[in-house]
Amino acid sequence: MLPELGQIALILALLVAMLQAVLPLAGAQRGKASWMEVARPAAYAQLWLVMLAFIALTVAFVQQDFSVKYVAGNSNSLLPMVYRYTAVWGSHEGSLLLWALVLAIWTGAVALFSRGLPDVVMARVLGVMGVVAIGFLAFLIFTSNPFIRLLPSPGEGRDLNPLLQDPGMIIHPPLLYVGYVGFVVPFAFAIAALLDGHVDARWLRWTRPWTNVAWGFLTLGIALGSWWAYYELGWGGWWFWDPVENASFMPWLVGAALIHSQAVTEKRGAFRGWTLLLAIAAFSLSLLGTFLVRSGVLTSVHAFAADPTRGLFVLIFLGVVIGSSLLLYAWRAPQLSEGESEKSYFAANSRETLLLANNLLLAAACAMVLLGTLYPLIADALELGKISVGPPYFSLLFIVLMAPLVALVPFGPITKWQRENLRKPLAMLLPWAGLAIALAVIAWFVAPQGKLKAAAGILGAAWVGLGTLRFVWSRLRANGRFTPEMLGMTLAHTGIAVFLVGALLVEALNVQRELAVKPGQTVEVGRWGFHFQGVDETQGPNYLSDRGHVQVLRDGKPVTLLHPEKRAYASGGQVMTEAGIRPGVLGDVYVAIGEPLGDGAWALRVHIKPFVRWIWLGAALMALGGFVTAADRRFRNHRKPEANPA
Amino acid sequence: MSNASELPPSPPRSRGAMTFALIIIGLFFIGLMGLLYYGVKRSDRAGRDALPSPLIGKPSPAFDLPLLHEPGKRVTNADLKGQPYVMNVWGSWCPECRVEHPILTKFALTKRVRFIGYNLKDERQDALRWLEQFGNPYMMVIADIEGRAAIDWGIYGAPETFLVDGNGVIRWKHVGAIDQAIIDHQLIPALEKIEAGR
Repeated sequence: MLPELGQIALILALLVAMLQAVLPLAGAQRGKASWMEVARPAAYAQLWLVMLAFIALTVAFVQQDFSVKYVAGNSNSLLPMVYRYTAVWGSHEGSLLLWALVLAIWTGAVALFSRGLPDVVMARVLGVMGVVAIGFLAFLIFTSNPFIRLLPSPGEGRDLNPLLQDPGMIIHPPLLYVGYVGFVVPFAFAIAALLDGHVDARWLRWTRPWTNVAWGFLTLGIALGSWWAYYELGWGGWWFWDPVENASFMPWLVGAALIHSQAVTEKRGAFRGWTLLLAIAAFSLSLLGTFLVRSGVLTSVHAFAADPTRGLFVLIFLGVVIGSSLLLYAWRAPQLSEGESEKSYFAANSRETLLLANNLLLAAACAMVLLGTLYPLIADALELGKISVGPPYFSLLFIVLMAPLVALVPFGPITKWQRENLRKPLAMLLPWAGLAIALAVIAWFVAPQGKLKAAAGILGAAWVGLGTLRFVWSRLRANGRFTPEMLGMTLAHTGIAVFLVGALLVEALNVQRELAVKPGQTVEVGRWGFHFQGVDETQGPNYLSDRGHVQVLRDGKPVTLLHPEKRAYASGGQVMTEAGIRPGVLGDVYVAIGEPLGDGAWALRVHIKPFVRWIWLGAALMALGGFVTAADRRFRNHRKPEANPA
Repeated sequence: MSNASELPPSPPRSRGAMTFALIIIGLFFIGLMGLLYYGVKRSDRAGRDALPSPLIGKPSPAFDLPLLHEPGKRVTNADLKGQPYVMNVWGSWCPECRVEHPILTKFALTKRVRFIGYNLKDERQDALRWLEQFGNPYMMVIADIEGRAAIDWGIYGAPETFLVDGNGVIRWKHVGAIDQAIIDHQLIPALEKIEAGR
C-alpha cells in the first residue's frame, strides 16, 4: 500500500513541478501577478510530495518489503538497521529519488528564505528550478521507478552492495548531492537574470550565499568520499581520478571559480557575462556528472549498470537544459556588458586581474579533468583502441595548473581593487616568501625520502598559510573590521595550506610494504614495528570475517592493537577489506590484510602515511569558509523595493 | 607589468570577440553532446571493456583430462571434434556459478548444442554434491583439479563459457555469469554462424 502511495506522490510531484515551471515563468514574461504567485506554494507542495515518496521508500526498506523490486535488489533480511536507511540511496533508482528530494529541498529553501526578492525574480528562479524538477521526476517515473512491485514477492533480497555497508556511506551521498544539486540555485538565478535582461549587485547579493553553501557541501561530500575510499578500499589511496570522482570534482572546480567571480561582479560590477556563464557551467557540469555516473557510459570502480534508455533520457534532458541556457546566454549576454560602468574597469595590476587568473586556471583545470575523463570515449570513437589516461596524466597537468594558482593565492586578498602599485603587495609578502623558502629548505634536509615533493609541499603550504596570515594581520592592524566574508575567505585559504601539507607530504613520505608474516613474527618498517598475532574468524551480522590482530610498536614500545579484516558477505560472496588504522595528527599507520599464504602466514599490507588527515582537515576548512561567508549579514539585507513594502 | 599603474583602464571587449567565444562554446557543446550520444549508444554493448581474447579464432588447446563422474576415463580435445560444443567453466566454490546455473540449464535443455562442464580447481566430492543440489545439465563434466589445462585455455576464473566449433576452433567466449540476454544476443547468433558456415 505504502509504495503505491509513494508512487502517487511522485506523479503528483511531477504535475506540481509542471505548474511550478510553466505558470510563474509565463507570468513573469507577461506581468501576471496571479500566475507568478503559484511559484512559492508549488515549491512547498513539491517538497512535501517528494518527501512523502522518499519516506515511503524508506519505510519499505525498514520493514523489508521485498515485494518492492528495488528493496529486494538492495537489501537483505540480515542487513543491519542503519544500513536499511542508507540502502535507500544504495543504487540507481533510490539515489535519483534522493537527487529529486535534494532539489525539492533547495527549491523549498529558496522559496522560504528569499521572501525579500521581487516577485518577478522569485517567479523566474522557482520556475527554472521547476523545469529541472520536471526532468528528474519524469526520469524517475518513466525509466527508474523505485516503487515497481515484484510479484510474487521473493522471500529474501539480494544484499546492499557491501562496499556501501559503511558509516561513511550514510552521509557521503546526501552531502555530495546537496552540493551538486545546490548549484541549481545560482543557475536558476542566472537564467532569471538573462530572462530579465540585467544583472546588478543586488542580484549577486541574493545568489552568493547559495553558491557558497552549495560549494561548501560539495567540498564536504567529496572529502568524505575520499576518506571512505581511503579506509574502505584497502589501497591506502585517497584520490583515484576515477570517472565518478571526476564527475563531482568538475563542478567543484567551476564552483570555486564561480564563488570568486561572483564576488568580483558583486563588488565591482565586472565579469558579468563570465559570472553568468560560470553559473550555467557549474550546474551543467553537475548534470553532466549525473549523466556520467548514471548512464554507465564510462566504467569506474563505482561500476553502475549500463542502461542505454536511461542514458539517452538524461542526455536529452542535458542537451535541452544546457543548450537552451547557452542559446539564451548567446542572445542576452552581449547586452549585459553594456551596463558596465566606469567602476568596473580595472588595470592590469589589480585584484580583478588576479581573480581573473584564478578563474582561468580553475576553468582550465576543469577542462583538463573533463578531457581526461572522456578520453577513453574519445579514443574509442576515433578507434584508437582501449585507452584511458589514468593518474599520471591528471596528476601532472593538475600540478602544472594549480601551482600558479597556489603562487597567486596570497596576493589576492592584499591587492587593491581596480588598480594597485605592484611594489606594495610584493613588499608586504617578500619576508613571508623568504620564510616559506627557508622552511622548504629545512624540509628538504629533514625529509628521509621524496625530498623534492616534501619541500614543494612545505613551500606551497607555508606560502599560502603565511600569506593568508599576513592579510589577517594587516586587516587587524588597519581598523580591526573583519567581516564574516573575510573570515570565510581566510578559513578557506588556510584550508588550501592545510590540504597542501597533507596531499604533498603523504605523497613524499608515504611508506608502503607488502609483507608475508607468520603469527608471532614481528616486522620492522622504519621506526614502526608490526607484531602479527594471528587471524581468527569472526561472525558479523551479515558477513564472515577473517580478523587479523596486529600489534603496532613504535621504537619497540607497543602503541596499539589493530584489527584489519577481510569480510566475506553472506549474500553475494563478495569480499571486502576493512583496513586497521591508527589515526594521528602527524600521520596514520594503516594495515590491510591480504591472502593466506599457507603455513599460517598471511599477506599484510602496511602503510605509514604522514599527515594524511590534513587532506580532509583542509577540505573541511574550505567548506567551513564557504559556510561562514554565506552567513555574512550583508547578504541577508535584501528588502523589497520601497514602492512595495513587505 | 611594473608600470602597469600607468596603463589606461581595460577597454570594453569587442562584439566580435564575444561572438567568436560564443561560437566556440556552441561548437564545444555540440561536440560534447555528439560524443556522449555515441557513448550511450555503445554503452550496452556487452563486454565493451573486456579485452578481446587472443584465443578467439584459434584452435582450442590440447588437453587430456579425466571425467568428474568417472575419473578413470579421460577426454582429449580430439574426442570432442566433429560437432560444435559449449564449454562452461564452473566450480562449487564459485557463487556466481549458482546465479547462471538455472539459465544455463534452461539453455542446455533445448539440446541445441553439446553442453560440456569444465570443473575448475574443485574437490571431487564438493563438485558432485553441488551438481546433485543444483542439477546436472552437462553432457559430461571434465575435471581440472590443478587448473593446469585452464592456463592453456586462458581461463582466469569461473564462470567462463566457451563456444567451440566442429573443427575445434574457439569462436566465442564469455567471462563472468551468463544471463538470458547474453545467450539470446551473443551465444545463439554465434552458434547460428557456425551452423550456417557448414
